[in-house]
Amino acid sequence: MPSSPLLQVEEVSKRFRVQGRELHAVEKVSFQLDAGKTMGLVGESGSGKSTLGRLVLRLLDANEGRIVFNGQDITKLSPKQMRPLRRDMQIIFQDPQASMSPRMTIGAAIEDAMAIHNIGTKAERQKRVDELLERVGLPTVVKYAFPHELSGGQLQRVGIARALSLNPKLVICDEPISALDVSIQVQVIQLLQELQKDFNLTYIFISHNLAVVEYLSDQVAVLYLGEVVAQGPAEELFATPTHPYTQVLLQSILKMPEDTDKRQALTSIQGEIPSPFNPPSGCTFHPRCPFATDVCRQKKPERKLVGSQHSVTCHLAN
Amino acid sequence: MAEALLAIDDLRVQFDRGEDEVFAVNGVSFSIAEGEALGIVGESGSGKSVTLMSALGLIRENGKIMAGTAKFQGHDLLKMRPRQLEDIRGRDIGVIFQDPMTSLNPVMRIGDQIMESMLTHQYAGRREAFERTLQLLHEMGIPEPKARFRNYPHEFSGGMRQRIMIAIALACEPQLLIADEPTTALDVTVQMQILALLQEQRRKKQMSIAMITHDFGVATNFCDRIIVLYAGQIMEMADTRQFLRQPAHPYTMGLKNSIIEIGQRDRQLSPIPGMAPTLTEPPKSCSFASRCPLATERCRLELPALREISPNHHVACHRAEEVLAHAI
Ligand SMILES: Nc1ncnc2c1ncn2[C@@H]1O[C@H](COP(=O)(O)OP(=O)(O)OP(=O)(O)O)[C@@H](O)[C@H]1O
Ligand SMILES: Nc1ncnc2c1ncn2[C@@H]1O[C@H](COP(=O)(O)OP(=O)(O)O)[C@@H](O)[C@H]1O
Ligand code: SF4
Ligand code: SF4
Ligand SMILES: [Mg+2]
Ligand SMILES: [Mg+2]
Repeated sequence: MPSSPLLQVEEVSKRFRVQGRELHAVEKVSFQLDAGKTMGLVGESGSGKSTLGRLVLRLLDANEGRIVFNGQDITKLSPKQMRPLRRDMQIIFQDPQASMSPRMTIGAAIEDAMAIHNIGTKAERQKRVDELLERVGLPTVVKYAFPHELSGGQLQRVGIARALSLNPKLVICDEPISALDVSIQVQVIQLLQELQKDFNLTYIFISHNLAVVEYLSDQVAVLYLGEVVAQGPAEELFATPTHPYTQVLLQSILKMPEDTDKRQALTSIQGEIPSPFNPPSGCTFHPRCPFATDVCRQKKPERKLVGSQHSVTCHLAN
Repeated sequence: MAEALLAIDDLRVQFDRGEDEVFAVNGVSFSIAEGEALGIVGESGSGKSVTLMSALGLIRENGKIMAGTAKFQGHDLLKMRPRQLEDIRGRDIGVIFQDPMTSLNPVMRIGDQIMESMLTHQYAGRREAFERTLQLLHEMGIPEPKARFRNYPHEFSGGMRQRIMIAIALACEPQLLIADEPTTALDVTVQMQILALLQEQRRKKQMSIAMITHDFGVATNFCDRIIVLYAGQIMEMADTRQFLRQPAHPYTMGLKNSIIEIGQRDRQLSPIPGMAPTLTEPPKSCSFASRCPLATERCRLELPALREISPNHHVACHRAEEVLAHAI
C-alpha cells in the first residue's frame, strides 16, 4: 500500500471581509504532497499563493475544506493543539529582514526559535546555531552580527537556518529568492535543493519565476483569482501547457534569445487581473482569454484530466 | 556614426556615510546615440541608478560627484545650475522609477500630475495640456481616460500606476527616456505590456532610452546595446548581438549561466561563488577577482582597463582575449 501523503489539502476556500464586501482569496483548492517532494505555486500578484501557504500553516483559518498534515486533520485544531505541530511546519519569506528583530543578533534570533519550542539546553542550542550557520554556507561569526549588517542573500540564508533549527518536515518558501540578485538566487536555489535531499524536506515553493518553479518542483499548481486553473507534474505542465492561462504566462516570459534576429515580439495579453470582489462570470479568465466563447462567459468549467496527473479547468480541454 | 545624445565620461561618485565612504561609481564612460536603446545591467548596488541619477542631479545630499562630465547635446549636465537642470529634466529627459508609488503624488489627481509636467515646462497651455493628457492616457492603454483623469494614484493597480508614470515621463516628448527598472516590481504579463508600450513610443518618437534592469531577458530583447556594471565600473559593453553570441568577460558569462530557463530541470547549477564587494575603498585591482574562476596574480594586483577588443566590444578583463579564443 502506498504511504499516505505528508500533506492533503481538500477543497480549501478562504474569503476575506473587506469593508463589508467579500473577497475570494482562495477558492476550493485541493492538492496532495508526498514527503520529500516540492509543490510549486505560480500565478500573478494577488492570485492567492501566499494566502494558500498561510492556510496550510494554519496562520489563517479556512472558511471551507480540510487540511490533513501527517495523517492528522489540523483544520480545526486550537492554537494550543497546533503548538507541537508548529515545529514541523516552517516558513521562509521574501524579505527575511522584516521577520527579524533589528535589535537581536543573528545567533540570538536562531537560538530563540529553538528556545520557544524548548529544544535542548542553552549550550546545545548554541552549538546547533554554529552547525546551522555552517550548513547554510555562512561563517559562524555571523552570529554576532545584526540583521542590517548582512546582505540580502546572507539574510535569506539566516532565514533558512532559523527554519531548519526546528527540524521541520514541511517548509513553505514564499518568494524566497525574489528579492535577490540572479547570482545569489542560484546559490540559494542550490542550497534549498541540497537541504531537501539531506533532510527529506517537503516544500511548497511560491514564486513569480516560472522557470525556477519548474526547476525546483515536482508538482505545480497555477492559480488565477484564487482558483487552481492547472495542476500537474512540473515538466509536463510547462512542456504541454494546455490551459490558456498557463500558455499566456509562458509567453510572457522574456527569454534571452540566441541571437538578435530571434528576439521575442513584445506582444502580450490584454487587460488586467479583474477585481477579486466580483470575479467575472463563468470561467473567471474569460475577459483575458484569447479563446473565450459564449459558453466560457456563462458556465464555470470543471476540472478535467488531460494527462495521467495533469488537470486543467477549461471548457476547451478534453 | 550617429551623434551621441548623452555622453558620460569618467564619472566618479562617492557617498559619505559618516564613518566611511562608499565608492559607488568609479570611472564610468559611455554614450547613448539618438534613437538608441541602451541596456544597463548589473546586480543591486553595482551603481546602475547612481550613474544615471547623478547625471540628472537626483542623488541624495551625501553623494558627491568627484569627477567626470555628462554632456547632453553637448552641454555638461554636471556644471549646470539647478534651475537649468530642472528645466531639462522632465522636458528633454524623461525619467521613470522602479516604484511609481514613491514618485507619484498621492494626494493629487493623476490627470493633474500629467498636466503639471507640461505646464511647468511650458510645453503646452492648459487646454492643450488637458487634451494631450487624455490622449496620453489613451495611448498608455488606460480605459476611460476622462473618468480616470480624476482618480488618485491609490485607485490604480501597480501596472496602471507605472503607465501613469510613463505618461508623465513622455508628456513633453523627451529625446531621452531614463527607465530605472520600470518593470521589476510587476508581473510578467504586465511587464510585457509596459515594454511593448515603451517600444511603440520609442519607434514613433525616435526617442533614445536608457533602460536600467537586472533582467537579461528584458535587456537582450529590448535594447540595441548593453553595458554590464559591477562594483561601479563597466565590465563589458557590447552590441546586443555580440553580447548574445559571445561575451568576453567572465562576470558576464557567469551571470548568463545563472539564468534558469523553462525546460532545464535536469541542469546542474553552477553559481558564481561569493558576493559583490563592499565599496568602501576605490578599486585597485579587478573587483571581480575574488569570485572569478580565471583570476590570476595579475588580476589581484592590477586594475584592468576597459579596452576595445573588437569594434564596439569593450571589456575590462586582463584575460578577455583568452576568454574569447577558448570561449571558456
Ligand atoms: N488579510 C487580508 N485581508 C483582505 N484581503 C486579503 C488579505 N490577505 C490577502 N488578501 C487578498 O487576497 C488575495 C490573494 O492574496 P495573496 O497575498 O494570497 O496573493 P499572492 O498570490 O501571494 O500575491 P503576490 O504575488 O502579490 O504575493 C488578494 O486579492 C489580496 O488582496
Ligand atoms: N545615499 C546613499 N548613501 C550611501 N550609499 C549609497 C547611497 N545611494 C547609493 N549608495 C550606494 O551606491 C552603490 C550603488 O548604488 P545604486 O546605483 O543604487 O545601485 P543599483 O542601482 O545598481 O542597484 C551601492 O553600494 C549603494 O549602497
Ligand atoms: S474556459 Fe474558456 S475562457 Fe476559460 S480558459 Fe478555457 S477557453 Fe479560456
Ligand atoms: S581580470 Fe582576472 S579576475 Fe578580473 S575578470 Fe578578468 S580574469 Fe577574472
Ligand atoms: Mg504573496
Ligand atoms: Mg537601482
